[in-house]
Amino acid sequence: MSPDFLQFLMSGLTVGAVYALVALGFTMIYNASDVINFAQGEFVMIGGMVTVFAAAAGMPLPLAAAAAVLTAIVTGLLLQRLAIEPARGASPVVLIIITIGGALLIRGVAQVAFDKQFHKLPGFTGDAPVNILGASVVPQTFWVIGGAAVIVLLVTLFFERTLMGRAVLATAANRLAAQLVGIDVSVVMALSFGLSAAIGAVAGILITPITLTSYDVGTMLALKGFAAVVLGGLGSAAGAVAGGLILGLCEAFSAGYVSSKYKDAVAFLVMIGVLLAMPRGLFGAAHVERV
Amino acid sequence: MKLKSLSAAAVAAFSLLAGTALAQDIRIGAVLSVTGPASFLGEPEEKTLKMYVEELNAKGGIGGRKIHLVTYDDGGDANKARTFATRLVEEDKVAAMVGGTTTGTTMAMAPVFEDAQIPFISLAGAVVIVEPVKKFVFKTPHTDRMACEKIFEDMKKRNLSKVAMISGTDGFGKSMRDECVKVNARFGVEIIHEETYGPRDTDMTPQLTNIRAKNPQAVVNPGFGQGPAIVTRNYRQLALGAPLYQSHGVASKQFIELAGEAANGVRLPAAALLVADKLPDSDPQKKVAQDYARKFTETARQSVSTFGGHAYDGLMILAGAIQRAGGSDPKKIRDEIEKTTGFVGTAGIFNMTPTDHMGLGLEAFKMLEIKGGDWSLAE
Repeated sequence: MSPDFLQFLMSGLTVGAVYALVALGFTMIYNASDVINFAQGEFVMIGGMVTVFAAAAGMPLPLAAAAAVLTAIVTGLLLQRLAIEPARGASPVVLIIITIGGALLIRGVAQVAFDKQFHKLPGFTGDAPVNILGASVVPQTFWVIGGAAVIVLLVTLFFERTLMGRAVLATAANRLAAQLVGIDVSVVMALSFGLSAAIGAVAGILITPITLTSYDVGTMLALKGFAAVVLGGLGSAAGAVAGGLILGLCEAFSAGYVSSKYKDAVAFLVMIGVLLAMPRGLFGAAHVERV
Repeated sequence: MKLKSLSAAAVAAFSLLAGTALAQDIRIGAVLSVTGPASFLGEPEEKTLKMYVEELNAKGGIGGRKIHLVTYDDGGDANKARTFATRLVEEDKVAAMVGGTTTGTTMAMAPVFEDAQIPFISLAGAVVIVEPVKKFVFKTPHTDRMACEKIFEDMKKRNLSKVAMISGTDGFGKSMRDECVKVNARFGVEIIHEETYGPRDTDMTPQLTNIRAKNPQAVVNPGFGQGPAIVTRNYRQLALGAPLYQSHGVASKQFIELAGEAANGVRLPAAALLVADKLPDSDPQKKVAQDYARKFTETARQSVSTFGGHAYDGLMILAGAIQRAGGSDPKKIRDEIEKTTGFVGTAGIFNMTPTDHMGLGLEAFKMLEIKGGDWSLAE
């Protein structure tokens, strides 16, 4: 492996890991409620911004990070309770528009509560780059990739090994049937929004030392995360992760080997290619119309 | 009934009074991008204008007449800017205009003021604003072409001739990149490789890896916002040895904060304002720059950037012109703005002519180097 290849690979994995976490957040909420939550990027922003400001106010970093995750969870729950829940039964398009409205509101509040500047956090274990087989990588990269892996693992365990996780899956499969066997659907909904917000916030905290943050970083992340979801297959957690990583790697390799001018174009071309061959995405299940 | 007509008369009398009070004021308009993507430019500009209009009024106004500043926030949207420009002309009946934060909003508003024959001093960078010359349009910031020329001049002095460029694809980055490739040959500088990045990109290591492979003697990064900060960090991460040049687009303390350690050694062309305290006492700009920097930091409670300085220059050039014109006739004010000579501003010394509606020479730019987390003069 040439050092350049490794450099591109690490860049792609880091960016891809973030897309994957955003995509995972999309998937969790979609599974529980059929809502495509375009405020997902805002959770990432809250994670980064609250940590920056809490740390600046004198809180130690771990505590500031915890405060940020908590803020995101509360925001997620409020979004679900105040905006999504009252519109139950509305068409998916209406619900999507509601989440876009929620995203605008959160961004507006952040703009006033914090400021409009960019901010950074120090790397968790320093900023001095390390050399891996000729590729130069900042230590924070390992935090991002490792953190993403741990989150994916925890989420998988939650869904497969816990009663609550199975309840979420059951609700996703058939809401009415889940209700009939005694699953409290509103708790499941709240849980998915809270969990999804927490994942977003953790992603925001992990990447801020590398990518910087500001009140409006959420928009782009939501778009890329959504692209990853579509690529991987709507509703599939494995697909979300794969989609995110593929998107990130496509961007890095096309910037490195093709041309930085057509970096985004190449990524989208790959996406169109995949969707032409597999219209449900890489891991998408055959669509079943609910009756 | 009687009471009603009485109160109506009173209202009429009051509005008449208010009307005459306002008629004596000189009305100056400002459409700025206080929010939105260019807010880091528009915000200090607005603060500066308000601060100095207040100061001028406290000193008794211009020629005994108070200044009435009318500001609108276009959020960086050229369409909104144009609407506000029309409102300034038709409803607010301003005598002159200072503002237009970005090149996009400025170019959208310019025809409105040209048609209404009202002078318009823009605070945006690109050369297209004053080239070709529009009769009523002026600008105070340095152009991106001057930034390129200053950078290449510095490279020539250091015998760096094989150069790579990594530019942002936003308006600023694109425009400056286009200007740079027009003037590089004049300085004997050859651009051997080019890369770009999107305004929202978070990792530029692939592009910089390719640049590293070409072994350039120096790298130029036209761009503004957070992009250049990430480029600078990635640049050090990949241990590129060649000198890195940034543009005047990152001439604020925030860039140093974001790029951290990596910023040390970066060179960029910028106004004297950033190094006000380090200028030699003989420099005529020293006092103006120091005074502005002090007033801005005290009042706005944020560190000084060159962007607010451009608003100061625009307002003061206008104030001088109004003084000389002896009134609020827009056409006379325009003629006087064009006659501005030897005005010492934060961006340099302005000498406007009928063919030069910016009036700054290349010497207005200082080449700065970031050392130990602070600006220093590289010349």
